[in-house]
Amino acid sequence: MQVLRIIFNYLVFPGFLFSAFIGLMTAWLDRKITARVQWRKGPPWYQNFVDILKLFSKEIILPTQAKFSFFLSPFLGLSAVTIVATLLGKLLLNAQESFLGDLIVVIYLLAIPAISLILGASSSKNPLASVGASREIKLLLGYELPFILAILVVIIKSNSIKLNEIINNQISFGSYIFSFSGIIAFLIAFLSTQAKLGFVPFDVSEAEQEIMAGVLIEYSGLLLAIFKLMRAILFYIMPILLILLFMGKDLSLGFLILKYLLLVILIILLKNTNPRLRIEQVLKFFWGPLSFLGIIAIILALLGL
Amino acid sequence: MDLKLKSLTKSIWVFHAACSPCNNCDIEILDLLTPRYDVERFGIVLVGSVRHADCLLVTGIPNYKTAERIKKLYTQAPKPCLVVAVGSCACGRVMFRESYNSPCNLDEIIPVDVYIPGCPPKPEAMIAGIVKLINQVARGK
Repeated sequence: MQVLRIIFNYLVFPGFLFSAFIGLMTAWLDRKITARVQWRKGPPWYQNFVDILKLFSKEIILPTQAKFSFFLSPFLGLSAVTIVATLLGKLLLNAQESFLGDLIVVIYLLAIPAISLILGASSSKNPLASVGASREIKLLLGYELPFILAILVVIIKSNSIKLNEIINNQISFGSYIFSFSGIIAFLIAFLSTQAKLGFVPFDVSEAEQEIMAGVLIEYSGLLLAIFKLMRAILFYIMPILLILLFMGKDLSLGFLILKYLLLVILIILLKNTNPRLRIEQVLKFFWGPLSFLGIIAIILALLGL
Repeated sequence: MDLKLKSLTKSIWVFHAACSPCNNCDIEILDLLTPRYDVERFGIVLVGSVRHADCLLVTGIPNYKTAERIKKLYTQAPKPCLVVAVGSCACGRVMFRESYNSPCNLDEIIPVDVYIPGCPPKPEAMIAGIVKLINQVARGK
């Protein structure tokens, strides 16, 4: 029975199917709001589901020189985000479902989607894909440092690396976003999220206008659909993680949805009102001002502010 | 209707293959994709890579250089792949029929599903053409 429940958790309810559904709906929200910002009408709500269904039925083309990892890497990325979605979903349902160091596990697993993109792109032997892959590596190196600094602030404030203790701490002492170090750390984590999701202004690795689809250029059919699903699920778990880490005071269903929508709309508006940065500007931004702010936030957190 | 065909008609990803055109058709295609006519409400999106494409929009006359390119592009696209010839040039070469640098018609190189004549065709005409294409696909081709 226990085994069946775990399989159900991973494949259906807080896991794969549920998070894919929410993720694709969020991706639709993204397309719709983008359309409204550009004074268009936008696609209907089922558009992303139809896209995925269509990609499932298309032909899969494997480049003749491609390695085996070309086929494998989409599944690697999808399984990593599915595990994170399950961990966070179970935590939201039942605060006892937490283990020592699950924050660390989540941070590690969240780096895997980018790694799977790099693996897939560089094994496809396409020059534009390799440009995309090299940019993705630099991007990963860029945003990971401030992101971890921001999470360190949370760890210092809660004195724990267990997600449920972080939430309990916020329930008894108030959300971290309402303290000086917390708001700075939230801003940093928010911008890193934007880069993790691969959205403008940090979408250098996919840059449709200059390197076509960059890392995804050789992917077609089922494999492309899996990468799209991975992006969609990532779009669902990143705001949830930010809510758990920085706004964890009231996690009742209504407030959770409200906070989630607020964060998603902020991300979409930031995406729609900014031009793409060049790769060296991205690196300068993340390693310069943002990391500096992160260190300031850590000092403030150590001082107890 | 078959679920595969239904999903294909509801989400056509378009790759714009410029086959030595004079750019008028391309401007009209841009008009079609941008806010004024907004075909994203029917699920039609412009993609950058031919591997993602369901439909090739071909403009212009194939000449000795682009003829082999367009053939290569068609073989690179994952099947089922539809081909739409936009503009009079792509439909039948009009005044370039006797030209020294154009070897053959577009439909002698790759199979064309829909012809949209006009110099350049209006966005409305293109939407009408796409609707015909969708009906053709829905009927099972």
